[in-house]
Amino acid sequence: MLSTLTLLLILGPLAAAAAVALAPARLSKWIATFGSLGVFAVSLAVAWIFPHWTDGQFAPSGAGLSVMPSLGISLSLGTDSVGLMLVLLTTFLMPLAMIGSFTAVKERVKEYYAWFMILEAAMLGVFLARDAIVFYTAYEFTLVPMYFLIAIYGGAERRSASIKFFLYTFFGSMLTLAGVIYIAAQHALATGSWSFDLQVLANHCSQEMTNTQQYWVFILLMAGFAVKVPFFPVHTWLPLAHDQAPTAGSVILAGTLLKLGTYGVYRIALPAAPVGGVELDQFFAILCIIGILNTALICWVQHDAKKLIAYSSVSHLGFCMLGLFSLNSIGATGSVMYMINHGLSTGALFLCIGMIYERYHTKDMDQLGGLFKKMPVWSFFMVFFTLASLGLPGLNGFIGEFLCLMGAFTAEPQAQTGYPGLLGPWWALVAGLGLVVAAMYLLIMLGKLVWGPLREPHDHSHGHGHGEGSLPKDLSAREIGILVPLAVVCLAIGFYPKPMLEAISPSVDKVLANYPKLVEQYAENGTLLTPADGAAQGVARAALDTTTDSLPAATENAAR
Amino acid sequence: MDSMASLTLAAAPMTAKLTLIAPEILLFIGSVVVAVLGLSRTPSVRRSVPFVTALFLVGSIAVTAFVYRSSAVAESGLLMPMLGGFAKALIASIAVFLVMVAGTSIDRKLEEAFDSGRAAFDPIRVMRGEFFAFFLLATAGTMLIANASDLIWLFLALELASLPTYVMVAVSRGTRRAQEAAVKYFFLGALSAATFLYGFSLLYGATGTLELSTMRDTLAAYAATGGVPTLAIIGGVLAVLGIVFKLAAVPMHFYAPDVYEGAGAATTAFLGFIPKVAGVLALMVLLSVFGWTGHTVRDGEQVVMLAGLPLPLSAVLWMVAVLTMTLGNIGALLQRNVKRMLAYSSIAQSGYLLVGIIAGPEAGFDAVLFYLIGYGVMNTAIFAVLASLERNGEEVETLEDLSGLRTRHPILAWMLAISAISLIGIPPLIGFFGKLAIFSAAFEAGQTQLVIIAAVNSAIGAFYYLQLVAVPMLGQPNARTDSVQLVPSSWPRLAAVVCGLGVLAMPFALQQLVSAAASSTAPTTGDKPSAVAEPASTEAEQGLAAAETGP
Repeated sequence: MLSTLTLLLILGPLAAAAAVALAPARLSKWIATFGSLGVFAVSLAVAWIFPHWTDGQFAPSGAGLSVMPSLGISLSLGTDSVGLMLVLLTTFLMPLAMIGSFTAVKERVKEYYAWFMILEAAMLGVFLARDAIVFYTAYEFTLVPMYFLIAIYGGAERRSASIKFFLYTFFGSMLTLAGVIYIAAQHALATGSWSFDLQVLANHCSQEMTNTQQYWVFILLMAGFAVKVPFFPVHTWLPLAHDQAPTAGSVILAGTLLKLGTYGVYRIALPAAPVGGVELDQFFAILCIIGILNTALICWVQHDAKKLIAYSSVSHLGFCMLGLFSLNSIGATGSVMYMINHGLSTGALFLCIGMIYERYHTKDMDQLGGLFKKMPVWSFFMVFFTLASLGLPGLNGFIGEFLCLMGAFTAEPQAQTGYPGLLGPWWALVAGLGLVVAAMYLLIMLGKLVWGPLREPHDHSHGHGHGEGSLPKDLSAREIGILVPLAVVCLAIGFYPKPMLEAISPSVDKVLANYPKLVEQYAENGTLLTPADGAAQGVARAALDTTTDSLPAATENAAR
Repeated sequence: MDSMASLTLAAAPMTAKLTLIAPEILLFIGSVVVAVLGLSRTPSVRRSVPFVTALFLVGSIAVTAFVYRSSAVAESGLLMPMLGGFAKALIASIAVFLVMVAGTSIDRKLEEAFDSGRAAFDPIRVMRGEFFAFFLLATAGTMLIANASDLIWLFLALELASLPTYVMVAVSRGTRRAQEAAVKYFFLGALSAATFLYGFSLLYGATGTLELSTMRDTLAAYAATGGVPTLAIIGGVLAVLGIVFKLAAVPMHFYAPDVYEGAGAATTAFLGFIPKVAGVLALMVLLSVFGWTGHTVRDGEQVVMLAGLPLPLSAVLWMVAVLTMTLGNIGALLQRNVKRMLAYSSIAQSGYLLVGIIAGPEAGFDAVLFYLIGYGVMNTAIFAVLASLERNGEEVETLEDLSGLRTRHPILAWMLAISAISLIGIPPLIGFFGKLAIFSAAFEAGQTQLVIIAAVNSAIGAFYYLQLVAVPMLGQPNARTDSVQLVPSSWPRLAAVVCGLGVLAMPFALQQLVSAAASSTAPTTGDKPSAVAEPASTEAEQGLAAAETGP
């Protein structure tokens, strides 16, 4: 039952995409809407019968279908509580994004909805993958629909934005692929049979491989995920892509596509290569903090509302990753909470900005202002989601942000929590400055857009009566219908996060199982990389039976 | 009596060898037939030439399937007896589509002139028969490489695969550029032939034999007793450098952009695949003589075992692979001419193939042969799209000519996009699985750095392949593209659609394709440890058993 439903989660959107492609264009939006609602229903059913909510197990949902036995690749699905939450987030946001596009898309309608359905299938594939190649296939295939969505339906610079998006992520993920195959090859050399099962690879890499190997594997794996998250120096594709993407594209991009990166770190990089995770922990934490502060300051000077939200995404995901790199239960739990909440509130903010853009065809905060006088309903939601995004207690953003910072705060080598870490109060304090700046830029945005004297673009004083969409002054019932569910979920999570936290923490404990020991070692010795490991680096150790001590050096020479 | 026995022993492999080259013999007959048909005064007979060509190719697939089930495989005494079974079927299958791409493009204007009565029929001027005759000869030559049992055979097969292509380039379209390309191709081809022939002669000098299996034993004996002689290594290096000309790999890659650009699209499609297969097969056969195990190197006082080929040879191949990938990809970044871009892209693809070859005969060769299936289909699909279009009666040249292709010829634009996305290596299309197989094999062989370099190169490749998606799918038609239209023949379009859909469909048959590729490198005795090789070897054994119980 579970395996059928899980498979249906991926096949459902694909079937909807095929239906959109075959049916006449006027039906496209309805097929996509009801298709994605159906997928949401299926995901709820999966969540209902899911047996591993409380034990955090990452179990296959059924026997996999062997695709390429010679390399041990099989189409096997399965997830744990964290993956399933992200599945629910995806299936929940997708219908809202679809309904939100009704008036925005006027040409190449069929392709638009078909690509979105394919995108949904690919994203769900990532969260449901149990096999590394299935994971990678889905992960990489998200690029194609998103590329077309940005390049066809985006703003003025859509071509360069789409190419940058594609190339950045593809470059990183090629290295991730190399890392995954490297683990699989080492596993094959050691055991004689190939497997790409995520759990098998993670176990082999974390248990059998040398520290130096794990170190390099971690770097390779992170190369792809860091671009997708995105981390500080490789984040530049994101604001451009967000800015240029159509509204629904931005919603999905911020809501779930970025979570592919964080989920990859959580699911593959951290459990597979704990040595690398510990060794590079502070390095990545520094990148997080630079990212948080740098992009927060950039947000402060933005004039374009959509760009502001896009940059704030980078800043927020910095908190999310900082929580994960606390390497303790509190921080990682907070990080997962943050993934969900960021998807909800930032997705909602993009929807709000999209509604303004549809009316005024500008997102420039210098041309718009005081919209409360004209659009009180919109203003209510805008304020609500902005507050959720900046972490007002009682709304969803708070709990994740708080836990992430608390995780970093308590992540000291001698912490009493049972989870020693390599960060500490100072790290949390500096990162916390990002919160202050976040409050500033978000409130400035509210101040400009919602309050103050009414300002509208000049050429638009008589504009919004005509046009085929003929949108009302304030939000239509459809638009309110999109935002209300989001607001309800935000409130619910904000008031009662306990069930979520309880479901997340067992999974977190499994993912971080190897860490306390290694962190202690690292804190003692200052490094985990012993010189003895160095010799074996990058060498086919099991390739020859007659292994001598000097063999590695010789083979390396041969390779050169 | 003794000599009698040895004579019969020698005769058995000879019969077996002749049996195994039955597909080539058929193609050779075919080339004579189409050469004659092409000279016919009757237009319908001349028009039938591509069909007859395709018919002979299909026939050779059937014959291949038949002979490689017989006992001849086991008796042939080849280094890799089953290699031909897969390679010939692959070459002939792709060649059928290449014939479709060529379609009626050869002599089209001339035939139109004959039809309209503007010119009288003149057997001197018609070229179609010759083109397809040479097409079949080059195909047969490429197939023969898989069966090479000695260096002379290898040399002759390589030349048979090469010489006809020079003529094909010259006659592929009626422009001076094509002739210029042919001359360039010929001279550089001759240089490469001289290089590998010289290498062969040194190999003969070092081992005293031309017979590949004897040579392998001799070299293995040398390796066991203190190392392969320098003369043989130099011979091997020269031979490799000569053969990589066929792959268009650095340092023998300079001809590719000019020749690809100058030749007609159909011939370019041919050049993008068949010579590459020839080069890959020749490298496999030649390097198997050296072997991937048992080589040592002296490190101070110690003698240490090496993984892989003997040292200078593996170092040369390593450098060739890295330079080929990198220069190919960087070169392609700079191009606006589609065919030049694809030329550089094919250079880069050769680099990936070399990675698999370096990885060795077990997983590496299987991966390379598997990669070639996907590559052949993608390559044919892209060139078939180009061959389906023309602008003012000339071939489409620049990327701008393809701008907004989607609005006027959506199916062709989609096929181009699918093939390009597959060439980038986006899963779940076939190109990804080829790369996956090669990367896995190379990691297994310990070539970590090589895989990382290949991965980075694939990412660079995405940039220019993406243009083949972006320009037709997202660009707007403009004044220049208004004059782009379909060629009258629908065969290239059909080939584009079939190959484009093949790129989508092949991942569903992954297991069959992988085991087909794996079976080709399996020894007939079935002593290969890999599990995937088993079906093939049992099949061969069944064939053996059937032959023994038969009359």
